[in-house]
Amino acid sequence: MRLPPISKAAPSSGTDWPKGAASVVSDGYTLPSGTNVRLLFGTLFSLLIAAAVGLGATYFALSRGAAFGALRIGAWTAWPKTGTQEADPYARAEIARSGRLPVALGDGLMFVATTDDKGKPLDGRCDVTVTGVTPAARFWTLTLYNRRGELVPNSVSRYDFTSQEIVRRGDGSFQVVVGPRANPGNWLPTGGIERYMLALRFYDTAVGVATKEGREIPMPSVKTRSCP
Amino acid sequence: MIRWLLLISGGVLLGGIVHLATIIILPRTATQDAYSRLKALAPINSVVALPEPTPEKAIMPLMDPAFASAICRYDLSQGPMKLTVPVSLAYTSVSFYTDRDIAYYAINDRSAGRRAIELDLMTTAQHEAMPEEEDVTAADRLIVESPTTTGLIAIRALAPDPGLMPMAKRAIEGARCQHTDLAKRAD
Repeated sequence: MRLPPISKAAPSSGTDWPKGAASVVSDGYTLPSGTNVRLLFGTLFSLLIAAAVGLGATYFALSRGAAFGALRIGAWTAWPKTGTQEADPYARAEIARSGRLPVALGDGLMFVATTDDKGKPLDGRCDVTVTGVTPAARFWTLTLYNRRGELVPNSVSRYDFTSQEIVRRGDGSFQVVVGPRANPGNWLPTGGIERYMLALRFYDTAVGVATKEGREIPMPSVKTRSCP
Repeated sequence: MIRWLLLISGGVLLGGIVHLATIIILPRTATQDAYSRLKALAPINSVVALPEPTPEKAIMPLMDPAFASAICRYDLSQGPMKLTVPVSLAYTSVSFYTDRDIAYYAINDRSAGRRAIELDLMTTAQHEAMPEEEDVTAADRLIVESPTTTGLIAIRALAPDPGLMPMAKRAIEGARCQHTDLAKRAD
């Protein structure tokens, strides 16, 4: 960057300094040099805050899922509008950064759980139960991913359950045990990783943008049963 | 004191602008979004089966491992496309995405109501340019309007249990996506 002329005695016309820029800088000439330094540091300080606040907010928004219109039921959260053209800028940014293709709303809806019903983060070293019934849908799948959305390696190569595979109780409800050790019944292995997430996808379902939070749609409970 | 408060509040205000700007610009600059990932794998206007996601390797995050899936990366600049997907036993769906990975339409085997999902994909301009009478004879034809010239079609068939995966894959293999003119010539 070119430095401004040192004193007023040096006319700006004597240099190739553009006239517009010279008139902006000329205001500072009458001020003592100490103020100039303070102004410079003050501006730098503000810009630093701006960068930290702006980029920090973007990072948190994208890693926490800040899209509007979240549908929260118990531990489960879905963003129905993310699968439509009305996806808001936060949803679009998250889709672009993660590299995933969202489930289109006409196809189905994905609910995600990263904690149990009490808000405790899902821990792959604990036994977690997913119990109950699901809203009406032609099919659903329950899949375990790590926090980056990748499948988790395990000894039996089971990454998910579909609604047809699941063993149900007499009343039609089901229980899936998510944990590191083999369990009788529906066992979804965690591979012992520390943090994971569960994705419950409903295909060909009426649950969508018009669904209100509340009791009208039953979702399975997520409970941490035992931790070593 | 007041000077510092002013500087801080100015910084926070500017930070808000930075935040909104990055959120809006991000989809335009992303190089690892689904469309970019599939660009390398899928040639234009043809159906390409995607390998099943495994813990070691997956093309995209959050793929549903219960599905056999295929992708058609389309470009409508040379004219409308015709898509045919045979229906598998359990559940078959076709989802349409723009080149920014935004879903704008989806249809499944039940709403298509036939043994195969058949539809024509075109831009709004191409739809408007269609001769009137052709539109009438095409009343039973499903026409999907794409908001962008390029985009993705995701074709997916569910395997309700792992033993049915080969069947779901076979159904997907029969899917075709090609220019309408080429499809006519083939008939």
